[in-house]
Amino acid sequence: MQSKPRLLASLDIVCILLFASATFMVFFYAPLEVVMGMVQKVFYFHVASLWVGMLGFLVGGISGVIFLRTGNHHWDIVGLAAIEISLVFFFIGIVTGSIWARSTWNTWWTWDPRLTSAAIVELIYAAYFILRGGIDEPVRRARYGAIYAILGFVSVPLTFFSIRLFRTIHPVVIGNVNAGSQGTFNMAPMMLQTFIFSLFVFTILFADLLWHRIRLGQLAEDVEQRKLDAFHSQ
Amino acid sequence: MFHLFKLLLQEEIPDTSQYMIAGYAVIFGLMAIYLLSLYLRHRALQRSQNSLDPSIKEDFSPNSEK
Repeated sequence: MQSKPRLLASLDIVCILLFASATFMVFFYAPLEVVMGMVQKVFYFHVASLWVGMLGFLVGGISGVIFLRTGNHHWDIVGLAAIEISLVFFFIGIVTGSIWARSTWNTWWTWDPRLTSAAIVELIYAAYFILRGGIDEPVRRARYGAIYAILGFVSVPLTFFSIRLFRTIHPVVIGNVNAGSQGTFNMAPMMLQTFIFSLFVFTILFADLLWHRIRLGQLAEDVEQRKLDAFHSQ
Repeated sequence: MFHLFKLLLQEEIPDTSQYMIAGYAVIFGLMAIYLLSLYLRHRALQRSQNSLDPSIKEDFSPNSEK
């Protein structure tokens, strides 16, 4: 395994600084929302986490297409890495949403179209790992994983547009406000700046984590290959 | 409009700080756990890689005592 590239080390430092800046902006720059109070501050990282989740599922789907077209195993590692990171961030988004819901809607969970579809997405991608874990042969595992990642991605735009297509209590952040939504607020310019900056920071964080996770995947593959070589040399 | 009406009726800003703390504890906590898992997996794989290094490959040979 090669030592950590300088660019990755620099990206790590940039990420730490950006993340600290975003946290500072959330707590000290963005004004307090007067109807919901402090819980509204969860919004910035809640949406950013779900954004990273969706972005990673997209990368996973694209990697699946490229893998099926080229057969290059590297794209299987990229897809796996992206989906693993996204699963974590999507889970963070769901849990923080539930905490916000408890304060705003007076319930931890409701079978609203957005919440339900988000839970389905999380379960679909959790099953991706179960599928991969059940296949020993690497090429078949990669092929099935790629097909599953492509098909699974269909659920992601459905979740994104669910609050625009169906009657729901979940607020719409960008675009038209749903008449039945609860927890909507008017975004002041400083709130909007913090929100956009948080999205940007989480995108950079995703790139950094993806790079680390790809390197981990390559290391795992190298170890697997060495084990096979050692076994065949016996 | 409804938002403004609610605002006019409201006496003071509700104290929802405990939910905010819970939210950020989840965000930072789960991110920290994931970063730790990446580090631990990397360390375990690096140990395996070192143990499988070609220079000490004889450990896996049939004639090895191990």
